[in-house]
Amino acid sequence: MPYNFHYKWRKIKSSIMMILSIICALIAIIPLFLILFYTISQGFSSINWAFFTQMPKPAGEPGGGMANALVGTGILVAIGSLIGLPVGILSGIYLSENSSSIFAKMVRFLTEVLNGVPSIVIGVVAYVLVVLPMKRFSAIAGGVALAILMMPLITRTTEEMIKLIPHSFREAALGLGIPRWKTTLFIIMPAAFKGIFTGILLSIARAAGETAPLLFTALGNRFWSTQLDQPIASLTVFIYDYAKAPFDNWNRQAWAAALVLIILVTLINIIFRLVTRKRYA
Amino acid sequence: MTNIEPILKNIIINDDHPQSKDRMKTENLNAFFGKVHALKNISLSIPKNKVLAIIGPSGCGKSTFLRCLNRMHEEVGGTIKGNVLLDSENIMKYDPVLLRKRVGMIFQKPNPFPTMSVADNVTAGLRLNGFHNRKKLREITEKYLRQAALWDEVKDILKTPGANLSGGQQQRLCIARTLAVEPEVILMDEPASALDPISTSKIEELIFELKKNYTIVIVTHNMQQAARISDYTAFFLLGELVETDKTTKIFTNPKLKKTEDYVTGRFG
Repeated sequence: MPYNFHYKWRKIKSSIMMILSIICALIAIIPLFLILFYTISQGFSSINWAFFTQMPKPAGEPGGGMANALVGTGILVAIGSLIGLPVGILSGIYLSENSSSIFAKMVRFLTEVLNGVPSIVIGVVAYVLVVLPMKRFSAIAGGVALAILMMPLITRTTEEMIKLIPHSFREAALGLGIPRWKTTLFIIMPAAFKGIFTGILLSIARAAGETAPLLFTALGNRFWSTQLDQPIASLTVFIYDYAKAPFDNWNRQAWAAALVLIILVTLINIIFRLVTRKRYA
Repeated sequence: MTNIEPILKNIIINDDHPQSKDRMKTENLNAFFGKVHALKNISLSIPKNKVLAIIGPSGCGKSTFLRCLNRMHEEVGGTIKGNVLLDSENIMKYDPVLLRKRVGMIFQKPNPFPTMSVADNVTAGLRLNGFHNRKKLREITEKYLRQAALWDEVKDILKTPGANLSGGQQQRLCIARTLAVEPEVILMDEPASALDPISTSKIEELIFELKKNYTIVIVTHNMQQAARISDYTAFFLLGELVETDKTTKIFTNPKLKKTEDYVTGRFG
């Protein structure tokens, strides 16, 4: 009964591969649960209202918070988005509209290269471009570093999302005598909006979680500052400083700040999903 | 009165002139995709307020011909040589955007705009060209949905997404959307080939109605459909125009053996 044997063997192979892929899927999410478990167990006890509203206390004094770092991260990401979003979205549109021109191919390749550049190198570039001419660390320098980090991500997702929209919609619009720019802006972009928005949020989440490009651009600040031309605090640099400090309560606060950062990024994701779920699904 | 008379005379003379019966006309039209010569020396008249069917096997250049008539061929990187006339004017001198308002197009697959409601789909061409009078837009929505024989089915769901309609309804929505721009010529690229028989017959009835006011060019793979709805038929083969005549003639007594073989289903 060769037929029967082959059939059974095929079923067994299928089951083995299925089990293997389930195991791999589990392995892939284990780190996430470890991170969540660890940060919650270490950091949750230090989270209270004061942690969000108070300033850091001098070493040795108990309590204190990271209000300045929270606001600082907000300002840095805002500067990054202000520069990175328009440039990224517009170049994504350019790449999808003229996808086969030599210049577009060049830009696409360079964007991919930029996407792979380590974030610390981007920090160095921002240091040379902004910090050296200004002769001081500043929020602007940090924002520029984050913008450079966000741009390739946004460019690529914008291009890919626009390309996912079937060509037939573009033809339908052009066939109605709608000019090309209006077709792109009012027909194609709304259809691709959801995907582009995902890309924007992913890049914001990534920028909010970066430490390396901020270390020698925004530097960090133990005092309250919202001035753009002064060094500014951020959650990630706060974590970095507090985690390597030799004080027990500082270490706990670093865990707490990490937990806050994770929750923030998760919240961004959830809110975005709720907002975009029912738009002409 | 004496001033108007010669003008009137002129109009009457023009109307009797055989050329004025043609809404569009191609003269030695050649179309290329890069180096591929897709259409070879096509000279074809498109008579006013009639239905011209274009038949032929796949890859014979039917769709390319259609897309030359509203310069959509250039959108996909194709090039054109020769003349295409609309009311005796060369369309290559037109701005493509303005041309496409006069020469509308219906595609094989229904393609209502995915982010727009039924009503917004109908008026998309007007709104995106700067027409925003809400009351007028509502009237236009109803007028053209009625013309497209869709009003009764959608009048209570005008605010729902156009993409929620059935395939046949979507295609009639696309027709309403094209009519709303008030074109003179409507190009249809196998408009019923993705639809079931009932939706197909609705579209065919609609085409019959539309030819009172519009000039229609329809590409079809369905010979019966061509025979049912068209006044004139052109048979294309390998990028060349083989034969064109009144539809009854093409299907009952064609001049060429090739045409007869194709319409009787012996090849193709």
